[in-house]
Amino acid sequence: MIPLEHYLYISAALFSLGVFGVLTRRNAVNVLMSIELIFNSANINLVAFSRFVEGALGGQVFALLVIVIAACEAAVALAIVMSLYRVVKHVNLDDAAELKG
Amino acid sequence: MSDALQSLSRFLPELILMGALALVIVADLVTQRRPLKDSTNLLNGITLAGLIAALVTSWQALGVGEPQSLFASMLADDGLLGVLRPIFVLTSIGVLLLSMRSKELEGVRLGEMLALLLTVTAALMWMAGSVNLVMIYLSLETVSVASYLMVGYLSSDRLSNEASLKYILFGAVSTGAMLFGLSLLYGMTGTLDLYGVRAALAEGTFGPGLLFVVILIAAGIGFKIAAAPFHFWCPDVYTGAPTPVTAFLSVGPKAAGFAILIRFFYLGMAEPAGGGAIAPVGGADWQMLLMILAVITMTLGNVAALLQTNVKRLLAYSSIAHAGTMLMAACVLSVDGVQAIAAYLAIYLFMNLGAFAVVILAHRETGSFEIGSYAGFWKRSPLLTLAMVIFLFSLMGIPPFAGFLAKWYVFAAVISADLGWLAVIGVLNAAVAAFYYIKVLRVMVIDQETGPTPPLALSRLDVGLLVVLVVPNLLGLLFWGSLDRVTEYSQRLLDLG
Repeated sequence: MIPLEHYLYISAALFSLGVFGVLTRRNAVNVLMSIELIFNSANINLVAFSRFVEGALGGQVFALLVIVIAACEAAVALAIVMSLYRVVKHVNLDDAAELKG
Repeated sequence: MSDALQSLSRFLPELILMGALALVIVADLVTQRRPLKDSTNLLNGITLAGLIAALVTSWQALGVGEPQSLFASMLADDGLLGVLRPIFVLTSIGVLLLSMRSKELEGVRLGEMLALLLTVTAALMWMAGSVNLVMIYLSLETVSVASYLMVGYLSSDRLSNEASLKYILFGAVSTGAMLFGLSLLYGMTGTLDLYGVRAALAEGTFGPGLLFVVILIAAGIGFKIAAAPFHFWCPDVYTGAPTPVTAFLSVGPKAAGFAILIRFFYLGMAEPAGGGAIAPVGGADWQMLLMILAVITMTLGNVAALLQTNVKRLLAYSSIAHAGTMLMAACVLSVDGVQAIAAYLAIYLFMNLGAFAVVILAHRETGSFEIGSYAGFWKRSPLLTLAMVIFLFSLMGIPPFAGFLAKWYVFAAVISADLGWLAVIGVLNAAVAAFYYIKVLRVMVIDQETGPTPPLALSRLDVGLLVVLVVPNLLGLLFWGSLDRVTEYSQRLLDLG
């Protein structure tokens, strides 16, 4: 059987990749994809812990809810990106800087 | 099943809001083809009726009955939720009235906005009541996703869109980090229930790993209350969003964020130590973490506010500074801190909504949010200027006004917890804050306008709204007794002294 640590390594790696992507990518859609990585790293944690900790099924339910919420958030985020695109004709975050100070 | 039915009887305000939400959606569909004015009036009426019914029921439920956990220990109906419910509903009522007078929202179909407003109001109540990690995350995301849409409501406006995009990207990363922290906490303790977390943490020492988890979770909470260094979204979003939405964000989600902060740290990360005090468990020094956050948040908010020329941005930084002041009270580690936060939020609601009301009414006439455009207001509209003087003095914490009372609660709690140095930093910050509030007042009262100065037209509704917002600020000391009695309930947390 695969030990718990391996799942945690994977999830930590995914989380770090997600944060790295958020910090370095300049395209809004790429940033959204990185955010999905962060959510899914937490999901791996939840399901792995649920499997390895005695009598803790809550984690699987939590993971299902997280999938639903991540979908909602992605839908809303893409709608906002589309709406911004219609106004400014690009989705580059460096140029979305009308607001600052 | 019987548990769910029993819980529903203590869930009345939320149920009313859900009912009003369904009605608003249907009414919006039915009146799609009717003239905008008729449709807007009907929708505003339904929303207002729902909110008032929720206000009455939440007021009646306040302080009645013993604290009780609802829906299989997902939510707690206790003093903290009881006190915050009316605060949330009053915020939404204020925002609804402001949105009727906002120039930005004129000629826009408001059905979806009102549906979102009702959703967020109910979700804020879930946030304030949640005692389960799943519920904390779920309610926080419900509030967040609805707020993203409200911020970007003016879909043809570039600033509104940009603010919304910044908000959702920053929000998703913060809540993602929080979720990662929650999943690790679940792994450490093997349970999702806050009381179970506390019991598991009390059994062992977890050291630096737990502190890492706490910092990740603090990122999500800090994002909701706009605490530095998780505040970067705040000034941009406040500037770009339609002003009534800004007013809402600066009060409602902040209050609910503090409720989650109290529940997570006071119930999940600490155990009762007698006499209303609590003692952290698990070996993570989260009190120090909160103190650092409080100092950075206050100082950064106040110093950055000094440099602003846009009044919405100024109020954004001022709201960050106020979050820092409330964070000081969260460092107290006793029920006094909880009461101080509840009292602060109750007063902050009136002073901050008041300031935004003036900004919205001024924008109707001047069409600008620059502080410079307020020159000569004393001549153009003495009433509006006077109201702004009262709101800003209250925000400053000058004695006869209610804001002083709010600060007094916080400082009394901090000093009684032997955190004198924190109180000193707080007082210094309050002195810095006076500068930028007075800067606005100086422009309004002393500076002369160069162009023609027509008097500002205020409708009767405007004057009534201003009076309703001014009175609690002006007579804070008269209401002290009842405020103290009401906020005292907030200490009656489930299973905490």
